[in-house]
Amino acid sequence: MTDPRTAATAPLLELTDLAVQLPTGRRSSVDAVRRVNLRVERGERVGIVGESGSGKSVTGRAIAGLLPENPRVQVQGSIRFNGREMNGADQRAWQEIRTRRVGMIFQDPLTYLNPVMKIGRQVEEAIPAGGASESRRRESLRFLQLAGLTDVEQLAHRFPHELSGGMRQRVLVAIAIAKTPDLIIADEPTTALDATVQALVLATLDETVRTLGTSLILISHDLAVVAGMTDRLYVMYAGRIVESGPTAEVMAEPRHPYTQALLRSVRSLVDDDVELYSIPPAFRDWLRTEGAGLEFTTTTQDGAR
Amino acid sequence: MLLEVRDARKVYRARRGGAEVVAVDSASLQARDGQFIAIVGESGSGKSTVARMLLGLIPVTSGEIELDGTPVKGMSAGDRTRFRRNVQAVLQDPAGSLNPRKTVRRTIAEIVRLHDLARGREAVERKVIEALEQVGLNPAETFLDRYPTELSGGQRQRVLIARAIVLDPKIIVADEAVSALDASVKAGVLRLLVDLQRDLGVGYVFITHDLPVVKKVADYVYVMRGGRIVEHGPKDRIFDAPTHDYTKTLLAASPVLDLAAQRQEPPTE
Repeated sequence: MTDPRTAATAPLLELTDLAVQLPTGRRSSVDAVRRVNLRVERGERVGIVGESGSGKSVTGRAIAGLLPENPRVQVQGSIRFNGREMNGADQRAWQEIRTRRVGMIFQDPLTYLNPVMKIGRQVEEAIPAGGASESRRRESLRFLQLAGLTDVEQLAHRFPHELSGGMRQRVLVAIAIAKTPDLIIADEPTTALDATVQALVLATLDETVRTLGTSLILISHDLAVVAGMTDRLYVMYAGRIVESGPTAEVMAEPRHPYTQALLRSVRSLVDDDVELYSIPPAFRDWLRTEGAGLEFTTTTQDGAR
Repeated sequence: MLLEVRDARKVYRARRGGAEVVAVDSASLQARDGQFIAIVGESGSGKSTVARMLLGLIPVTSGEIELDGTPVKGMSAGDRTRFRRNVQAVLQDPAGSLNPRKTVRRTIAEIVRLHDLARGREAVERKVIEALEQVGLNPAETFLDRYPTELSGGQRQRVLIARAIVLDPKIIVADEAVSALDASVKAGVLRLLVDLQRDLGVGYVFITHDLPVVKKVADYVYVMRGGRIVEHGPKDRIFDAPTHDYTKTLLAASPVLDLAAQRQEPPTE
């Protein structure tokens, strides 16, 4: 059981030297995550940015215990949730994490939703056990409303394929919050959506975690998405965290050469005055060898963290 | 060279006399070599249907698609080959557009032979290497024997562009060609497209939902919604003074990298 003393003072989530190896072939494997240190306080909204292959999604899945069940998937280091060590914990403990403590929102809602079960039922299933069926049903409608959906009575009777992409993503938000979790991990939640829908879904997610006081880990390759919605930011490259700090400060004054290059390329895509910039191959070679070993940490000014 | 869509309409019908879906309705647009035109719109706006009609991949229900005044409909085999040389496609999913069992060399050499651009093994290979170098895959020799799975997303997209430009086309129809790429890779591919426009004089019909990208590279913009072109004009006019409400909505929704404007302070209780 959780030690109440540590649970009160410890951060909600603390990763220490987390490393994940994933098999890529019969004999080969890749260091997807290498010695990652990451912390999420209660109610805090944390962003992880990085390009494909940076290890950001693998980190998210490790936290939720959603890595493939394969003896060759190796997880080293420490994952402390509410002060409790989860690396090496039994299935029962992970089950509680997944069903009660952590809500996940993925890029592609169709692979997560059950195609043959009505929406309302899927939200109800996420609500922790107990209570009469009528009160559970009403609760599920309330969560759908919280996730920004309207006409929820009718909606509850529909199937995932009958909904638009934006609505499906909101249903995932409803399912995630129905667990009344301590933490929501959103992995590229709006990448597949159109700009107007993306803005609406992000606003919903933002409002929901604020209202409920839920901690949030927002994983994305899109700096613009993460910048607007998080208090603190981690930048990953080649399985490592290369920079972390308060989002506004990292964005204003990036310290790691990779963060600077990434910001420059993102700016070059939106700013007319900046010439299109992509990270040169030689710079990537340097990043893979020496650069990813450098870690810059900017601490908050209030000194609390 | 002028690729033109006049009053095109595309209607899909569900099976057994089901309901009709009008994917594109009375759409007209013009694309020229050397010009970077963009079609923007969200999912379901009909922009990809326009792309397929432009490429002659699907027939129009009514209206005309013409290349320099010659209707694409009912083209002779010879005209069609010429059309294909002049109008090329680069699509979103490079993994789906490349045959996983063919090396980069074979993928491009096939096109070279098919269109008789070079004869003999060495000449064909020179042509392939030239194309790879033009799209920034250097040194080209190291890419020749790789399979699509041995390439990154950005490299695959460059192979597709190499396969298109080896024909020296006048217009490339690019449907969401950079949407799935990371920022840095996206910037790299876009710069390549702009460089090719300058160096080879190729024009683009660039179809995307990514407005910042359009602002960056396009000359002329068409905005689509619900199968119709609701607004079109030179890029600066569309971005600085949009007239249609939908264009305004789109512009307002695109994410901005302006922290000062976006950042809200957490509620204090």
